[in-house]
Amino acid sequence: MPGLDTQYMLDLLPVLLKNLPLTLFMAFVGMGFALILASLLAIVRIVRLPVADQMVVVFISFFRGTPLLVQLFLFYYGLPQVMSFLTAIDGVTATIMGLTLHFSAYMAESIRAAIVGVDRSQWEAAESIGMTRSQMMRRIILPQAGRIAAPTLVNYFIDMIKSTSLAFTLGVTEMMGAAQKEAAGSFRYFEAFLDVALIYWVIVEILSFLQRRLEARLNKAFAR
Amino acid sequence: MTCTAGISVQGLSKAFNGTTILNGIDLTIAPGERIVIIGPSGTGKSTLLRCLNFLDRPEAGTIRVGDLSVDAAHASKTDILALRRRTSFVFQNYALFANKTAKQNIMEALVVVKKMPQAEAERRALAILGEIGLSDKADAYPASLSGGQQQRVGIGRAMALEAELMLFDEPTSALDPEWVGEVLELMRRVAAQHQTMLIVTHEMQFAREIADKVIFMEGGRIVEQGPPSQIFDAPQDPRTREFLRRLG
Ligand SMILES: Nc1ncnc2c1ncn2[C@@H]1O[C@H](COP(=O)(O)OP(=O)(O)OP(=O)(O)O)[C@@H](O)[C@H]1O
Ligand SMILES: [Mg+2]
Repeated sequence: MPGLDTQYMLDLLPVLLKNLPLTLFMAFVGMGFALILASLLAIVRIVRLPVADQMVVVFISFFRGTPLLVQLFLFYYGLPQVMSFLTAIDGVTATIMGLTLHFSAYMAESIRAAIVGVDRSQWEAAESIGMTRSQMMRRIILPQAGRIAAPTLVNYFIDMIKSTSLAFTLGVTEMMGAAQKEAAGSFRYFEAFLDVALIYWVIVEILSFLQRRLEARLNKAFAR
Repeated sequence: MTCTAGISVQGLSKAFNGTTILNGIDLTIAPGERIVIIGPSGTGKSTLLRCLNFLDRPEAGTIRVGDLSVDAAHASKTDILALRRRTSFVFQNYALFANKTAKQNIMEALVVVKKMPQAEAERRALAILGEIGLSDKADAYPASLSGGQQQRVGIGRAMALEAELMLFDEPTSALDPEWVGEVLELMRRVAAQHQTMLIVTHEMQFAREIADKVIFMEGGRIVEQGPPSQIFDAPQDPRTREFLRRLG
């Protein structure tokens, strides 16, 4: 292909991949927090906790109804202005916060649907032997809901990994930021960003493969 | 009265959306007694059992099990948990925990509710699996068991609670005919251990054989009760006669 410097692309790959751990770090930490937060939000919605329920509805509506990029800017540039103790917030922290809140809003809805999707007989059987609400949730309902929700949650994780690239707009040197810097020196923008695209693509393909394996396993679970 | 053994129910009432389903049920059950409830569909038999276990919440009435007395209108969470630990429930559709093996289904009540140490609970669960004839299925998940096997585990799970009252809501109605016999056989063995049982069933032959007392319910009330010989051979109330006549 005329004009495409493949040698440059190859040489640049390891430079970009040095920043992959940071990308994965933000995605995994964000996913961990998002799962915890989303489960809490889902439970608040299911037990219709007064007041908290309404607050969760607004929370979910806001974080689903506004762009992630806008949310990140609000946290990174906006929050320190109104909450002075946050002056020290760095780009990585702001990104993780943004990813957590944004994706927990989506994940809360699929976790809620999965919990409600657990057969009524399972709730009644747990009640009938005298389990408390929290025992019932932990031991019977959430494990079954987890199976229902798992494929969707993996999709959100894939989405989250790709969204970490937005951290670049907060001055974080992850893969996208590194590519930008390199390209600014070499003027090889196309090659640099194509490299980034290829790296994401491969990661997502690996995850999709694992997701299919997971689904196959979940489908035959509980059937031994 | 100072007698605290056995079970008594007084004035138990339940409505769904303004429709009265249970209309002041009074019931006394002696320790070890086996009572079978019969009656037309939609009469409130399941609702009565579910209210005794608080799966449905009665609006009024008192439920006394041994020395525990619960006023339905003012039942606290603690009351409800205490009552559930003293009454076990066998469901028509088995309702085994889908994410637990047969052994774990039985252990669940022991470990979580009775706070038994893991090892002891496991020994007890294996003993119960032996009693229900499913030792070889200890590690099988419900989805891989036949209907009859699932219901036997359902009964085993209820046995584990060692409740003062065992409630059976049509335990064989969802079963293919080929599995009914083994479940009834297990219930006979449970009865032989002097377990107090309250059973809703359409198996009239079984009712006649196992019951100390048969209750005929209609329209949310107890119409007639007595020993099986009276209810089946010489029913007093015309509604009982009509019901039995239509069964053929
Ligand atoms: N959760 C509920 N909400 C509203 N109505 C209900 C509910 N559960 C039961 N009912 C109604 O209460 C009545 C009694 O139902 P119940 O299941 O106790 O009858 P049953 O005697 O067990 O009948 P069957 O022999 O068919 O099992 C029925 O008319 C039923 O429609
Ligand atoms: Mg019924």
